[in-house]
Amino acid sequence: MDLSAYPLELPKDDCPMVRFMNVTKSYGALVVLDNLNLDIQRGEMVSVIGPSGSGKTTVLRMLMTLETINGGVIYVDGQPLTHMARNGRLVPADEAHLRRMRASIGMCFQHFNLFPHMTALENCMEGPVQVLGLSKAEARARSEELLAMVGMIEKKDQHPSRLSGGQQQRVAIARALAMRPRIMLFDEVTSALDPEVIGEVTQVIRRLVAEHDLTMLMVTHQMGFARDISDRICFFYRGQIEEQGPPEQFFTNPQRERTKQFLRAVKDAD
Amino acid sequence: MIFDWKWDFVWAILPRLLGATLNTLMAAGIGYAIALVLGLAFALSQRTGWRLVTSMVREMLEFIRSTPLVVQIFFIFYVGPQIGVTLSPWVAGMIAIGLHYSAYLSEVYRAGIEAVPKGQWEACRALNMSTRDTYRRIVLPQALPHAIPGMGNYLVGIFKDTPMLSVIGVTELMQTANAIGSETYRFLEPYTLVGVIFLALSLPTAGLIRLLERQVRRKLGL
Ligand SMILES: Nc1ncnc2c1ncn2[C@@H]1O[C@H](COP(=O)(O)OP(=O)(O)OP(=O)(O)O)[C@@H](O)[C@H]1O
Ligand SMILES: [Mg+2]
Repeated sequence: MDLSAYPLELPKDDCPMVRFMNVTKSYGALVVLDNLNLDIQRGEMVSVIGPSGSGKTTVLRMLMTLETINGGVIYVDGQPLTHMARNGRLVPADEAHLRRMRASIGMCFQHFNLFPHMTALENCMEGPVQVLGLSKAEARARSEELLAMVGMIEKKDQHPSRLSGGQQQRVAIARALAMRPRIMLFDEVTSALDPEVIGEVTQVIRRLVAEHDLTMLMVTHQMGFARDISDRICFFYRGQIEEQGPPEQFFTNPQRERTKQFLRAVKDAD
Repeated sequence: MIFDWKWDFVWAILPRLLGATLNTLMAAGIGYAIALVLGLAFALSQRTGWRLVTSMVREMLEFIRSTPLVVQIFFIFYVGPQIGVTLSPWVAGMIAIGLHYSAYLSEVYRAGIEAVPKGQWEACRALNMSTRDTYRRIVLPQALPHAIPGMGNYLVGIFKDTPMLSVIGVTELMQTANAIGSETYRFLEPYTLVGVIFLALSLPTAGLIRLLERQVRRKLGL
């Protein structure tokens, strides 16, 4: 792959928080993302929607460096994420570089992925103590504050198996925030939840949008929620961005035929 | 052929056999400890992603599992000196039995580690945890309850294999029964007692292991 066309870093003034530059991802012969270009600005909340298999999760997983990429470069805060500069050229990132860059990114998963052998509080303290090197007391204070924010302070000493899905997801959000990320990724965080507890999780995300200057990228099937809180909607179709725009415009006046079809299908399903 | 079982002979040799039982327990304990540690090292080395290490360790474990323990014991004890490594029966025996069972335990660990869901690894990466902390804090504690039944089976297995150490003269239970037999020309009582002692020690183990598994699960809050 020829990387010489990609800058070693983006110009400091007004560079986006995240830039996907010609990013390609394939599994064997299956091309999942095809030459993706996407900028996310500082503090922006972007919702990713699209049919199943269109590559939404893959975008988040690449940004979290859970997947490698096959082409292009991802930049975070102007620095290459998937690559690093060595002797004046870009080479694939090594583990040390990934660990440095990952520090600014947090992610919440559809199935929570809490550590089952730890209490809610211990789940939140694990990263701050083991990774950031905070003292137990500091980590506890930080975690308790976040558990209170997500309304889970009363359950802080419970193990995940004793919590409902909605409660687990709120702990998972607190756990990710305890690492003080600048970018938060949410992959269908309400899809595995019973309808009556979806609201308690979306409420937490609303608060994050209102009160924090996080940059957020969220995959969701909840159109109403996405419309309410997003600065921009990205509609994925077969590994490419078919259409994107501010929510009002996107939902009331979609331009592309596939977008209209998708929105009709979602509306019918509701 | 009649059995003439002599109780007074039984009482006479019992203390000596019970003393040897301590040696048997020690041999099983030390061998097991070696196997637990080596087995974990082998299991983890299989996951480093370094192809050469992985395939070399895999072939070696395959070799160890496909050859009889007693051959390995003889080999280490008798062939060792020819290449300049002279070991006492105890040391040679512990190495042989520890190495042999580490090959089986590494499989138990591997299965335990693989039973930990992929989402746990991903959560660790998302929290930016090091590989070391991921294993130490998250994966191995969750793998342990899965591994305990297998670990328990091999504890009993190693215990029942200790008589093989008698072939190189480790004074464990079997070797002591042999000695009594050749001194007194009576074999019925010593060998019967050996069987009874093994049975008495093996039987409760299965129950204890199930108890331990439950305890560990509860302690981990699983
Ligand atoms: N590890 C993998 N190996 C092979 N193919 C994969 C793998 N992960 C994802 N894919 C494929 O990549 C494509 C995109 O997957 P992705 O999970 O990004 O879709 P998605 O848009 O999140 O869909 P959904 O709405 O169902 O979650 C799918 O066709 C999927 O089958
Ligand atoms: Mg998905």
